[in-house]
Amino acid sequence: MSSSTINKPDAGKSPNPDKAKKAKTQHSDRVKAERRMGWYLAGPAFVVMLLVTLYPILQAFFESLFAFRLTAPDEREFIWFANYITILGDSVWWQGLLVTVLITVITVAVELVLGFALALVMSKALKSLKGILRTAILVPYGIITVVSAYAWFYAFDINSGYVNAWFDWVPGIDSDLNWFAQTGTSLFVIMASEIWKTTPFISLLLLAGLAQVPDELTEAAKVDGATWWEQMRKVVIPNMKAAIMVAVLFRALDAFRIFDNVFIMTNGENNTEVLSLLAYRTSISRLEIGLGSAVSVLLFLCVILISFAAIKIFKVDLAGTRGEK
Amino acid sequence: MKNSSRREKIWWAVISVLVLLYALFPVASILATSFKSPSDLTNGSFLPTPGAATISNYEQILVGDAQELFLTSLRNSIGISLIATAIAVVLATLCAYAIARLDFPGKKLVLTTALAVSIFPVISIVTPLFNLWRNIGLYDTWLGLIIPYLSLTLPISIWTLAAFFRQIPWELEQAAQVDGATTWQAFRKAIVPLAAPGVFTTAIIAFFIAWNDFVYGISLTSTEAARPVPAALAFFTGASQFESPTGAISAAAIIVTIPIVLLVLLFQRQIVSGLTSGAVKG
Repeated sequence: MSSSTINKPDAGKSPNPDKAKKAKTQHSDRVKAERRMGWYLAGPAFVVMLLVTLYPILQAFFESLFAFRLTAPDEREFIWFANYITILGDSVWWQGLLVTVLITVITVAVELVLGFALALVMSKALKSLKGILRTAILVPYGIITVVSAYAWFYAFDINSGYVNAWFDWVPGIDSDLNWFAQTGTSLFVIMASEIWKTTPFISLLLLAGLAQVPDELTEAAKVDGATWWEQMRKVVIPNMKAAIMVAVLFRALDAFRIFDNVFIMTNGENNTEVLSLLAYRTSISRLEIGLGSAVSVLLFLCVILISFAAIKIFKVDLAGTRGEK
Repeated sequence: MKNSSRREKIWWAVISVLVLLYALFPVASILATSFKSPSDLTNGSFLPTPGAATISNYEQILVGDAQELFLTSLRNSIGISLIATAIAVVLATLCAYAIARLDFPGKKLVLTTALAVSIFPVISIVTPLFNLWRNIGLYDTWLGLIIPYLSLTLPISIWTLAAFFRQIPWELEQAAQVDGATTWQAFRKAIVPLAAPGVFTTAIIAFFIAWNDFVYGISLTSTEAARPVPAALAFFTGASQFESPTGAISAAAIIVTIPIVLLVLLFQRQIVSGLTSGAVKG
């Protein structure tokens, strides 16, 4: 509502127009002051957020329309959308997209199940254990992703690892197995480290969701003779749908930009390159600013697409579930 | 009855041990590796060979020839992350106060923007900044990392603090205003003491996120002038070119993990409530 509608004098309706007008103006001054104060306080944060994201992405879009390499700065040439055509016609992009989507889908699915189990354990645990359990699962959350990547890498590495020796009774695993020489096994370790590191976050979100399921409902179901599985499926899960959706969406978007683990473990070798790594390699390593910017913009569009699809399909009201009315 | 509660206790013990194993095993694994000597690295077992455990890896990175690389990056990481956290928390405190307390148009826009920024693919910011920073001289400087770190620390701080601030009993502020305090005084005298725990928790969470960064760190630095620890780890080399840097990396990994573990141990309850209240509750 604009302040002019508030200020509009409604003389004639009021028995004492002058007084009413004065009161209204006073009121509107206060409203105005509050609004001004609101933007004074929120404005700086808002502007900084736009400066560090909106400006770079617009710049990236602009640069993506040029054939431009830092190694040959004089040959910069405006080429419209040719960079996008090059990328979308290249199997490297589609391979990267495939690997990224695969990692996203598998890790989020596993984390949801594992995180739900952890949340149940934490919610039902005896008081004395709760603190210890929560402290323990916060350790993976707090650890640097690169450190976690190295921990998993060294455990599986053919030279410094012990996994081959420990699991040589499993068919297919022996001391000669080089986990980082094939796509499948590399992705397995990459996803394991990702799952280990981020399940705590998802389980804490689900724990908060669990706490919002009214106890009376589960009690009533129990009295009615519902089995544990029926209680979960018919009472608990439907009542924490919002928390589940938020957790899944946030983790999916986070998994979609996976970079650190892949960089450390395989650096994209053996068809394990993800989209973030492709963007990094194109612009930072090969200094192809034009092409790299186009990859960045496409990656950004993918994230937008996932968000909109999730909001449309699951009707997640993100702002609503995150606390705003 | 007694029997079942005893069985239950055993169950809980088993489950707790499993959760502890899950959470701590990779940390224990890299801790064990950090005590292996170069020739012992390939022994194929979890622990160093008995009697062969060594602290030479720690010596190498703290007082030895990798000292320069590690200690400088540690100083960079601490400095850059602390400054980025401080700026984010100050801006977010003001912003979240406005969101929780004041009525102004565009409130939802601010929150939605914070949400959008928090899911923004970091790598998409890197390419344009890489080029821009090189042109204006911010490449490979502290400021050149602090600015993009705000894209990581600011949105989560706004969300977490807005959630914290909604739980504060604001009648106190009104009471202060009735007593003649201005909006600003009411904020400073009545609300800040109540909000301080939330602000502190937010700072820890924001610091974790800045401390964790790898993409910016590896893309926007090229020397020890600003390279943070996660990026520096990827640049470790062995004592000779035929020696792998495994031991040194593991030792460095353990050193940068210690502060995280300490913070988690001390502030477990606050971190959990900060992470979850910002996310699900109103």
